[in-house]
Amino acid sequence: MLTALHHNNDSVFRLSLFQEFPTLMHYQSFGGYEALKQALTGNPVNIIETLAAAGLRGRGGAAFPTGLKMQMVRNNAEPVRYVICNADEGEPGTFKDRFIMSHIPFQLLEGMTLAAYAVGARKGYIYIRHEYPEVQDTMRRSIAAASAAGLLGKNILGQEFSFEVEIFSGAGSYLCGEETALLSSMEGKKGRPRLKPPYPTQYGLWGKPTLINNVETLANISMIISRGASWYRSLGTSDSPGTKLISLSGDVARRGLYEVPFGTTFREMIEEYGGGMKEGGSIKAVNIGGASGVVVPPWELDCTLEYQSCQERGITIGSGAVFVMNESRSILANVHNRVEFFLHESCGKCTPCREGLRQAGRIIHRLIAGEAELSEVDNLERYTRAMQNAAFCGLGQAAGNSLISSLRYFRQEYEEACLDSTQRFERREVTA
Amino acid sequence: MMKLVHFELNGQIVEVNQGLSIMDAARQHGVKIPSLCHHPDQRVKANCRVCVVEVEGQRNLVSSCSTPVTEGMKVRTNSPRIRETVQTILELIFANHPQECLTCVRNGNCELRHLAADYGIREVKGEMTCANAPLDISTPSLVRNPNKCIKCGRCAEVCHHVQQTGILYSHYRSVDVSVEPEYGKSLAEVACVLCGQCASVCPVGAIHERDDIKKVWAALDDPEKHVVVQVAPAVRVSIAEEFGSAPGTIATGKLVAALRKLGFDRVFDTDFSADVTIMEEGHELLHRIKTGGVLPMITSCSPGWIKYIEHNFPDQLPHLSTAKSPQQMFGALAKTYYAKRAGIQAENMYVVSIMPCTAKKFECQRPEMKDSGFQDVDAVLTTRELGRILKQAGVDFSVLSEEEFDAPMGISTGAAAIFGATGGVMEAALRTVYEVVTGKELPNIEFTPVRGMEGIKEAEIDLSGTKVKVAAAHGLGNAKQVMELIKAGQADYTFVEIMACPGGCIGGGGQPYGTTNAVRKQRIEKCNGWAKDVRNFLHYVFNYSKL
Ligand SMILES: Cc1cc2nc3c(=O)[nH]c(=O)nc-3n(C[C@H](O)[C@H](O)[C@H](O)COP(=O)(O)O)c2cc1C
Ligand code: SF4
Ligand code: SF4
Ligand code: SF4
Ligand code: SF4
Ligand code: FES
Repeated sequence: MLTALHHNNDSVFRLSLFQEFPTLMHYQSFGGYEALKQALTGNPVNIIETLAAAGLRGRGGAAFPTGLKMQMVRNNAEPVRYVICNADEGEPGTFKDRFIMSHIPFQLLEGMTLAAYAVGARKGYIYIRHEYPEVQDTMRRSIAAASAAGLLGKNILGQEFSFEVEIFSGAGSYLCGEETALLSSMEGKKGRPRLKPPYPTQYGLWGKPTLINNVETLANISMIISRGASWYRSLGTSDSPGTKLISLSGDVARRGLYEVPFGTTFREMIEEYGGGMKEGGSIKAVNIGGASGVVVPPWELDCTLEYQSCQERGITIGSGAVFVMNESRSILANVHNRVEFFLHESCGKCTPCREGLRQAGRIIHRLIAGEAELSEVDNLERYTRAMQNAAFCGLGQAAGNSLISSLRYFRQEYEEACLDSTQRFERREVTA
Repeated sequence: MMKLVHFELNGQIVEVNQGLSIMDAARQHGVKIPSLCHHPDQRVKANCRVCVVEVEGQRNLVSSCSTPVTEGMKVRTNSPRIRETVQTILELIFANHPQECLTCVRNGNCELRHLAADYGIREVKGEMTCANAPLDISTPSLVRNPNKCIKCGRCAEVCHHVQQTGILYSHYRSVDVSVEPEYGKSLAEVACVLCGQCASVCPVGAIHERDDIKKVWAALDDPEKHVVVQVAPAVRVSIAEEFGSAPGTIATGKLVAALRKLGFDRVFDTDFSADVTIMEEGHELLHRIKTGGVLPMITSCSPGWIKYIEHNFPDQLPHLSTAKSPQQMFGALAKTYYAKRAGIQAENMYVVSIMPCTAKKFECQRPEMKDSGFQDVDAVLTTRELGRILKQAGVDFSVLSEEEFDAPMGISTGAAAIFGATGGVMEAALRTVYEVVTGKELPNIEFTPVRGMEGIKEAEIDLSGTKVKVAAAHGLGNAKQVMELIKAGQADYTFVEIMACPGGCIGGGGQPYGTTNAVRKQRIEKCNGWAKDVRNFLHYVFNYSKL
C-alpha cells in the first residue's frame, strides 16, 4: 500500500531512504539525536520556548499548542509526571502514525525524550492500538536499541536525566484514542472518557500531571530543536507553521501518505500529490478529517490547509485523512458508514451521542431504503446539532460533522431519497 | 472564609462562593437548570446532558452540573440554541422510553415526566426504539424495569460509593448500555441487600419497591380477617412529605387517624416492640460482658444490614445480637400475645407493617420469622406505598385531626422513638444497661466521629468504673470499614450499632422520594428533639423492664 513519503530538504522527518528495518545508526547518520545531545546540556525550558516560538500544534486532532501544554505539565507542583504518546490511530483512513513508528521510530523516541526532559518526566508510555502488533515489535526493538546506546534509561547521554519508555497495547476501541478514555484504559478501567477539567496536564495517569501527544506531534520535536523555530516557521504559513502528514485515499490516482506544507490547498493535494483522479473521474465530494471529519463539494477545495481558514469554512483537519469520492459514489452510503461506525464506537454513556446516533442511524437506513419522509431530514439535522452541542466527549461532538456538512452541501441527495419513497408509495397505490 | 467569585448569569453580575457548579450557583440566584443524572449527594456524572448552558468563549454547550463557576465567566441558561438542544435530548430519551406514564409507579413524582411537562414536549419525533425486556421481580423488595432506565447511573453510584455493595453498574457500550447486576443476573442471584437506596435515587420508574398495596387491600376487604398495623418510628417524621409538608414534619397523630380511616382493626406502634428489642439487646449485652461472650455485640434490627453480613462477613455472624428486629418482635407478639388476649385465632390475624425500608419486605418472608406458626408479619408497605394507598382511599391528610395509638401494643415508653436515627438503637439499649448496672440515668452520650471514617462515630461510657467503648455506623460503606476492623481484631468496641441506610431508618430506601442528605438531617433533628422528651421517660424503661 504505502511505499514512501513525499519529502524534500524541507521535510520535518529524518527519512531519506526507505528502510524495512530502521536502525539507530541509520537515524543517527541523518543527524538523529543531535537535538537531544544539544538540549540535555541546556535548560529544559528552552525546549518549551522553542516549540512555542515554532508554533507547533497537536496533530492528534484538537490542534492544541504543544508548548503551552508542556508548560502546564511543567508548572505543576507534583514532581511525578508522565509523557504518553498517543498511537491509538483509530481514525479510519489514517495511517500516518503507523508509518512514523514503522520507519522512523527513533525520531519518535527522540521527540518523546525531549518532551520528557522539557516537562520533567521520568517515565513514558506509547499507547499503540493492538491492531498494530508489528508496529509494537518495531517500537520495542527500537526502545531496546536506544536504551543499549544510552539514549534511554538511566543517565541519558551521561547526563543527570533519566527516562524510560514502555509500550502499552491499546484496548481496541476508537474511543480509547480520546485522551481521558486512554488514561482510564491504561489504569485498567473501562475505556470511557472522564470529565474535563481536570485536564490530563493537571490530573492524568494515576492522577499525576501527564503530557499526552500524538505520534506526529512528538516526531516533529527533534527537527524543530535542531534546526530552530524560524526554520520551522519558514515551512507552512504564519498561521500554521510546519507540515502535516496527509493520508490520501479514495478515487485518486496515487493514494498514499504525503508530507504537505501548511498552506497547500486541498485541490493541490489531490491534483499534484495524488496525481488527480483515478481513471479520469471527476470529484463529487471529499471527506476531510476522517470519520469525524466533514464532507465537502469540489468548490470548497481551494481552501488552504491552515487551521484558521479551515475553521472558518467548518473544515476539520483532524488527523489529516483526505478521502476523495468520484461521481459514482453515494453520499448517503458514505454517511451511513460513518454513522454506523460511530454508533458502534460510542461508549453509550451520554444521551445525545447514544440516542442521537441511534436515531440518526435509523433515519439514514430508512432514507437508503426509500422509506423516509422529508420531515425526517430536519429531525436528522436537529439530532446532529444536539450531538455537536451537547455530547460529553469529542466522539459524540464530532460524530455529526459528516452529517451536518453533507446536509449542508448535498441536501438534495437526502431529499431525493425521500422523494423516491413518495413515488414508490404512489406506484404501489396504482398497482394495488 | 469562603472565597467569592463573580460571574454573569443571563446578563446580570452575581456573586457566589468559589467552587460551586454553574447549576448550583444559578439555583442560588433563582434559575433552575434542568437535570437528570445530577444528585446533590453524588459525584458528578454529567451523562444526561439536559443541563447544558452557554459559556462565552466555549464552542460547545457545557454541562452546568460539572462545570465550576470561575471569576468573570459569562453564562447563559436560556437561548434558542439551549432550548432546542434540551428539547431534542428529552425527545431522544423518550424515543427510547416506554411512555406509560398513566400506569407508572412514578406517575406524579417522576423527574423525567416533570421535565417533559416543563419543556412542553408535545410530540416525540424519533422512531420508538424501546426494548421490551422482562422485569426483574426476583426479590420480595424491589422491581427493576430495564425498559424505563435512562442510564443516568444514580443507582450505581449509591450502590458503589455509599453502600459499597457494588451490585448495579453500567455494562456494555453504545445502544446496549445497561445498568444492571453482573452477567445479566437478577437481584436475587447476587449479593444485593435490598436496601432500596437505588430505588430511592432513581429519577424514574426503573427501580422501585415491589408494590404490596393490593395484598393489603385484600386483607382489609376480607371480613374474616382481623387486620392490625404497626408503624415504624421513622415513618412519622416522613409521611407528611408525601402530602406536601416540609421534610421532618412530625405527623404521628394524623398518621394514626389516617390508618384508622383505611380500615385497620387496630393501629399499633412499632415502638412497643422496639422497647422489647431494647430490653433484650441491653440484657444480652450485659450478659455477654459478664460471661465473656462474643464482643463487640452488633445490633440486629436492620434487615439490609443482616443480609449484608450474611453475604459478606458470614464468619462474623456470632457478633450479631440474637434479638429480633422490632418489626418481627411485633409480628410474633401480635400473633401470639395479642391474639390470645383479644381472643383471635392467629390464622385470622393479618399483620401489616408500615416501614421506611424495602428490606423489611424481605425480612418478613424469611423462613425463620414464623414464631406464631404463621408468617408473623404478612405485608410490609413502605412510606411511599402508604402515601399511595392513602391517596387511593381519598384520605385528606392535611385536614385530619390527631388520634392516639390503640392499646396495648400502641403503648410505648417513647424510648424507641430515637430508633429511627443513626445511633438511636444503641443509645436506647445503653440506657437500659446503664440503669441496670449503676441504678442511675445515663448522662448524654458524647459521640465523636472516628478519625478518617466519616459516618462512623464512637463514644466511651463509664459503667461503674468499667469503660465501655461503643460505635455507630450508618450506610453499608461505613459498616464495611467497621467490620474489617472487627474481623482483623482491631476494634476494641463492646457494642456497635449498624444501620444499612445512610442516616439510619429515617434515610431508608422506602422513604419519600427526594431523601437527600439535607432532608435526612432535617428528619434527624426532629428525632433528636423527641429524644429530649424521651430521655425523661427512660427511668420508666428500667422499671417497666422489671415488671
Ligand atoms: C473520539 C476521539 C478519538 C481520538 N483518537 C485519537 C487518536 O487515535 N490518536 C491521537 O493522537 N489523538 C486522538 N484523539 C485526540 C486526543 O484526545 C488528544 O487530543 C491528542 O492525543 C492530543 O495530542 P496532540 O496535542 O499531540 O494532538 C482522539 C479524540 C477523540 C475525541
Ligand atoms: S459522546 Fe458520550 S456516548 Fe459518545 S463516546 Fe463520548 S461519552 Fe460516550
Ligand atoms: S418513568 Fe416517568 S416518564 Fe417513564 S413512564 Fe414512568 S412516569 Fe412516565
Ligand atoms: S438494593 Fe441496595 S444493594 Fe441492592 S442494588 Fe440497590 S443499592 Fe445496591
Ligand atoms: S435504574 Fe434509575 S437510577 Fe439507575 S441508571 Fe436507570 S434510571 Fe438511573
Ligand atoms: S445533570 Fe448535568 S449532565 Fe446530567
